[in-house]
Amino acid sequence: MAFVARRLAAALLLLGVLSVLTYALLALAPGDPEQVLLGPRPSTAESRAAVRAQYHLDDPLPVRYATWLGDAVRGDFGASLYSREPVAGVIADRLPVTAGLAAYAIVLTLAVGLPAGLAAAMRRGGPLDRGITLSALVGLAIPPFAMSILLLYGFAVTLGWFPVFGAGETFAERVAHLTLPAIALATGQAAVVIRQMRAAALDLAGQDYMTFARARGVGRARYWIGYALRNTALPVLTVGGLLLAANLTGALFVERAFGLHGVGELLVSAVGQKDLPVVQALVLMGGAVVVAVNLLIDLAYLAVDPRVRHGAVAA
Amino acid sequence: MSVVPGTVRLGGRARRLRRTGPGPLTLLSGGILALMAAAALFGTWIAPYDPAAQDLALGATMPGWAHWAGTDELGRDVLSRCLAGARSALLWPVVVALGTCAMSTSLGLLAGYRRGWIDAVMMRVVDLLIAMPGLLMLIVLVGVLGGGIGWAVLAMAVLFTPGDIRVVRSLTMAQRELAYAEAARTLGLSRTRIMFRHLLPNIAPTVVAGALLSFVAALVALSGLSFLGIGLPAGTPDWGLMIEENRGLLDLNPWAAVVPAALVTVAATAATLLGDQLFERLSDA
Repeated sequence: MAFVARRLAAALLLLGVLSVLTYALLALAPGDPEQVLLGPRPSTAESRAAVRAQYHLDDPLPVRYATWLGDAVRGDFGASLYSREPVAGVIADRLPVTAGLAAYAIVLTLAVGLPAGLAAAMRRGGPLDRGITLSALVGLAIPPFAMSILLLYGFAVTLGWFPVFGAGETFAERVAHLTLPAIALATGQAAVVIRQMRAAALDLAGQDYMTFARARGVGRARYWIGYALRNTALPVLTVGGLLLAANLTGALFVERAFGLHGVGELLVSAVGQKDLPVVQALVLMGGAVVVAVNLLIDLAYLAVDPRVRHGAVAA
Repeated sequence: MSVVPGTVRLGGRARRLRRTGPGPLTLLSGGILALMAAAALFGTWIAPYDPAAQDLALGATMPGWAHWAGTDELGRDVLSRCLAGARSALLWPVVVALGTCAMSTSLGLLAGYRRGWIDAVMMRVVDLLIAMPGLLMLIVLVGVLGGGIGWAVLAMAVLFTPGDIRVVRSLTMAQRELAYAEAARTLGLSRTRIMFRHLLPNIAPTVVAGALLSFVAALVALSGLSFLGIGLPAGTPDWGLMIEENRGLLDLNPWAAVVPAALVTVAATAATLLGDQLFERLSDA
């Protein structure tokens, strides 16, 4: 339990620091806070007074931060400076596209990354291994936005297999629209999984229990899934948090390149317009998601590996 | 796997590596990077047109004899802009890599050699920074606060440093226990001298390989920022910015966006391959 408590404390600390930084954006942004929060509205004595009252700008800084954080925790991030709509609603509108894209990309990542990494380890040093390792290295290097443009040109414009812009309406349409973006997003992540999986499986090949399992005549499927996959789960889980962070930031680029109106595109345009309430909400949410998933991964160690549960190895 | 064949194979591989020198992929990567560095240095001279010269009457055209990679919406020559763009695409990542390398090496050496509270405090900060969603913070900070490319470069160096500090620190911790470091201490050499003149040369190869990987990360991140319209002013000839400006031209002149996208991809891939080869060499040696 000490393990869980320590991780929980670290996660809370991280969220605290992130929230302070996020709130500090208001103070750090060029121009005084009133001006920033007025956004595109005309600057009159009344409108400035209204902004001061609405955002409690006359309170001392710590009180203001506490008020803001209290509202934020309850899901109230104020209103967008441009559309005047509540930030939570604006984000909720955009969420389905991004969630679909991220889920699709994760499925592709695992479906390609795990078998390819295992296959490379099985055929160590052979042409298959060299091909997979090299592809993973290239996949790791390609930035998602460049990948997006190359995919768009190759498969949507030249070959015409996929639609160029938009997210589609029906489920089938949506899958077709999201296929290229998901591939662009998954490329780098799959490369990470392949490398991690291959290294973990190679590590495994020298283990006595694997040799004995083979000597005992354990079936091929059980050998690879029951023994190899389970033992490689820990190192592969470790990169899960990394993948998620890559997924979140990658979505910014991919959504913009494909003209998808998702959360990533919302953040980029909010940053461009200096729509601070939207930016603050998204950064805090993004940070919270990353922290939460990392915490879940730590807990998953406990579930997957009994040695961690009993404190025999450090996670 | 039995012990003996493994040993024999490893020995054979190491001998083969020593005899053969760099492989074709390494040479190709090095060659590509050298060409790109040449473009960064002399690109504006070899460019057939002024990269900023507009020809609004011409507009976006497909590649032809006059314009090998075609023109963009404003009639600017895509090839010339790509050549000129090599400078901002490569120069800033080099600055980030050097800055990251200098900071992470000195701080990592300090933490790994001194240990104690310096190490403890530094590692807490490093843990915290690594756990932050870095690129997201970068986009928001540079985008909201403005400040342009200089701040982006500085923020990026701060972001990349923690990971490298960890690597340098763990290498230093292994080196400080070795006999030569012990001997240097017995001779009464100063800590700074031991750290930088004795320990540093022994971890230098890994530091160089790490710098190469920082370069790739910075190249990808900076061209990504330009792609989002953050950092460089609009109109600058830069690969990331060109992709953003020309991605709507995929039907008129796709090359205006595809060529810079391919250039970023090739540069990042070549530098990654080179860094990876370097790491492999070092771990095999």
